[in-house]
Amino acid sequence: MSVAKPLPHDAARLHVTGAARYVDDIPAPAGALHLAFGLSEIAAGRITAIDLDAVRKAPGVVGVWEASDLPSDCDCSPSNHDEPLLSGHRIRYLGQPVFLVAATSHLAARRAARLGKLDYQSRDAILSVDEAMEADSRFEDGPRIWEKGDAGEAIDGAPHAIEGVIEIGGQEHFYLEGQAALALPQEGGDMVVHASTQHPTEIQHKVAHALGLPMHGVRVETRRMGGGFGGKESQGNALAIACAVVARATGRPAKMRYDRDDDFTITGKRHDFRIEYRAGFDDDGRLAGVEFVHLCRCGWAQDLSLPVADRAMLHADNAYHLPAIRIESHRLKTNTQSATAFRGFGGPQGMLGIERVIDHVAHALGRDPLEVRRVNYYAGETVAGAEGGAAPRRPAVAPPGSISGKMKEPGQDLASRGGAEGPSDAGAPAVPAGVQTTPYGQVVEDFILHEMTDRLVERSDYAARRRAVAAWNAANPVLKRGIALTPVKFGISFTLTHLNQAGALVHVYQDGSIHLNHGGTEMGQGLFQKVAQVAAAEFGVAPEMIRITATDTGKVPNTSATAASSGSDLNGMAAQAACVTIRERMAEHLARLHQDEARDVRFAEGQVHVGGNRLSFAEAAALCYEGRVSLSATGFYKTPKLKWDRIRGQGRPFFYFAYGAACSEVVIDTLTGENRILATHILHDCGASLNPAIDRGQVEGGFVQGAGWLTTEELVWDGDGRLRTHAPSTYKIPACSDRPDIFEVDLWDGRNREETIYRSKAVGEPPFMLGMSVFFALQHAVSACGPGWPDLQAPATPEAVLAAVRRARDGV
Amino acid sequence: MSKIHVTTTVNGDPVEFLADPRETLLDCLRDHLGLTGSKEGCGTGDCGACSVTLDDRLVCSCLVLGVEAEGRRVDTIEGMADADGLHPLQRKFIEHAALQCGFCTPGLLVAAKALLVQNPDPTEEEVRYGLAGNLCRCTGYDKIVRAVMDAAAEMRQEAA
Ligand code: FES
Ligand code: FES
Repeated sequence: MSVAKPLPHDAARLHVTGAARYVDDIPAPAGALHLAFGLSEIAAGRITAIDLDAVRKAPGVVGVWEASDLPSDCDCSPSNHDEPLLSGHRIRYLGQPVFLVAATSHLAARRAARLGKLDYQSRDAILSVDEAMEADSRFEDGPRIWEKGDAGEAIDGAPHAIEGVIEIGGQEHFYLEGQAALALPQEGGDMVVHASTQHPTEIQHKVAHALGLPMHGVRVETRRMGGGFGGKESQGNALAIACAVVARATGRPAKMRYDRDDDFTITGKRHDFRIEYRAGFDDDGRLAGVEFVHLCRCGWAQDLSLPVADRAMLHADNAYHLPAIRIESHRLKTNTQSATAFRGFGGPQGMLGIERVIDHVAHALGRDPLEVRRVNYYAGETVAGAEGGAAPRRPAVAPPGSISGKMKEPGQDLASRGGAEGPSDAGAPAVPAGVQTTPYGQVVEDFILHEMTDRLVERSDYAARRRAVAAWNAANPVLKRGIALTPVKFGISFTLTHLNQAGALVHVYQDGSIHLNHGGTEMGQGLFQKVAQVAAAEFGVAPEMIRITATDTGKVPNTSATAASSGSDLNGMAAQAACVTIRERMAEHLARLHQDEARDVRFAEGQVHVGGNRLSFAEAAALCYEGRVSLSATGFYKTPKLKWDRIRGQGRPFFYFAYGAACSEVVIDTLTGENRILATHILHDCGASLNPAIDRGQVEGGFVQGAGWLTTEELVWDGDGRLRTHAPSTYKIPACSDRPDIFEVDLWDGRNREETIYRSKAVGEPPFMLGMSVFFALQHAVSACGPGWPDLQAPATPEAVLAAVRRARDGV
Repeated sequence: MSKIHVTTTVNGDPVEFLADPRETLLDCLRDHLGLTGSKEGCGTGDCGACSVTLDDRLVCSCLVLGVEAEGRRVDTIEGMADADGLHPLQRKFIEHAALQCGFCTPGLLVAAKALLVQNPDPTEEEVRYGLAGNLCRCTGYDKIVRAVMDAAAEMRQEAA
């Protein structure tokens, strides 16, 4: 069987020979135009005069468009219809596209785009969260507030309390391939668009809207992206629309790609957050109540900010059972790039909040933060009545009436009884006594972090190394070490329930070769390979028999973005459904030919076993073709059990949780703040992995990206709202030399208790948050400098570390 | 601007093209010669996605002008595999799953090959620092380092 094998990425050979084509590598047809945007130089205000004469006269320029020249507003927003392609007179951020140039070469278009003369009347820009709060500049009518129990009372009644604030920086995606699109005009006004996008259907929809076409007039194709990470969920819309508009107006193919500086300056990034917190706890560090205020800078347009901020709230518990909690979330509108999806989608920020609380509690009590973490963990899988602490291991037989017993009965929807439908007066759902729920009322029934933590503590030799770190710190005045072990519990599913659907299209040809298509896009995460393995397993053939084809809105319609880690969960199931349909048709026909029962026909190892005979899969396909059996099928899947009310913050937004834990050791130089990761051990849960090599790659890459977010990757805007870190020269993502000397990654060996594709678990986003272990190891190292609360802020750049060292030394 | 006629050797083949004197070697390779294996990740010499060798010296082709290739020898990712098949580095990158989106891969392979020419027996640390100019946003580098170490070992054995 081809699933669970570490097969290489489907296009690996193309990649290593340089033959893999990205959008900008597609040979541009003769006469193709190249586009560039002219950008605003102020963050807020009006354009009073615009003179584009020099632009029009520049060599190679074929056309120039202002907002008023467009066929419609050409809205680019994925949500709120608030992102016109070109600004018009009103400017909302520095870097906003004001006009569009089409020229005969990329260079000519870019040079010309710098020649626009714009006069402005600036007004005070709202740049910071403080300015936005002051001006009440926000999305939605007010903050979202979710509550469980009375957190204020619980905190006030607890033996100890802490409060604090953490600033959490944003993050540039830095997909190595910048945004790119190519539009090819077709007969009858139709348009074909090649786009580097995670969401071809969205591009189709927005291009159709811009051109005034029905969606069937636009076809979007995406073979691969050179990285996405969420940055190509909505941020490619502008380029595709611009290309389509120019292609429509000129009748010529149009291509656009952002230079790296433009990409930084124009597109949205991860949301930065300020999280204010207050927590009450007992002598063991057991949390009685927690209050969070999330101040989230969304930028100028709504984009995906509401679900991002929701997901931050949904991860405010991370792995911890919080009996009483209040989360207040402000989604602030500022004159900056419109913050957007980025791996984790708000989850990492929400999680960092509670991990910070735990660390603060441990510091206040003088305890090992890992003890405090474990004291607050949710109870283990299927265990009722355990209130934190060391939960019993999984019982051999599920106790009667336990959650797991109920879940096995088909047709029952736990959420309908325990979640959104429950009495709302107390703000908490009615669930069986002793069962632990998240702050939003979802029962936590698959919690495996007790076992995972045990294993990782052992694997990383945590206890001995923590002692060694203490000994080192006692002996060394300048270099200080720190170690931390942090858990991840990440909810899997789109929180907008209707997005949890997917389609696939499978053809079996008469020679037995198989064509596979589905709605997911390939951005390097290995989705195509995983889904092909599923198809190969269903037909019992070698993966080479499967041809994976570019995502195409003409083949599978109405797809969701490849996002929320859902790619293989959704598309794997849809592809499986299509394969099963064809296989059953084949089995029925072959059984009839060979006087056998359809259910006894077996597809394995490239053969079909029927009525005591063995046919090759190709022979079987040919027989079915001659027998006039349809060898093409669509498949469809929708995630079961979901039910979610985002206004009340109650229900079951997630099908299941994915878990992980990481232990990192760092060293800091207390004179300069410089630091590095010495060792990282990771244990991550992918369920029954579809492809261990690919999953391991996701875990490693996710960890490094997460560590980058919290250490070296700092975005800096100046007082005018200009992003000063707009290229790799000033914005530092981890390099090869930053990789820890010791880096050991293990996959947790388990099956998803929910019925996912071959019982695997999603792996795109969860490992990102393993990077938190580095941040808290740094905080531990800083703590060795003195008794004060280090109050380390993120990202922990050398400056931030140095400031924290001072606080630790000076503090009491 | 008037174009300049450039005669050079790319991957062993003599080639000619007309270049705008402001065009980078990267643009000339991609747009005039159709060799799109070299990628632009930044255009400022900071990411290594455009790595090629110019007379055996590793360069960022985004920082070299196309006209500078006149009379010299350029080697790109497209010339790495030969008639006998993939270069050991290419094979090891596949074996170790040292790529995800693959956008950094051509540049990394060219840089790794240049590294191994200078230092056929590098330590892991030397590989890490030797490739520090090639950014990869996907893999976290671990498998890349392993693939390079493994390829180096194989190439030493072949040479012996
Ligand atoms: S494109 Fe040349 S170094 Fe980045
Ligand atoms: S594999 Fe995507 S940048 Fe390296």
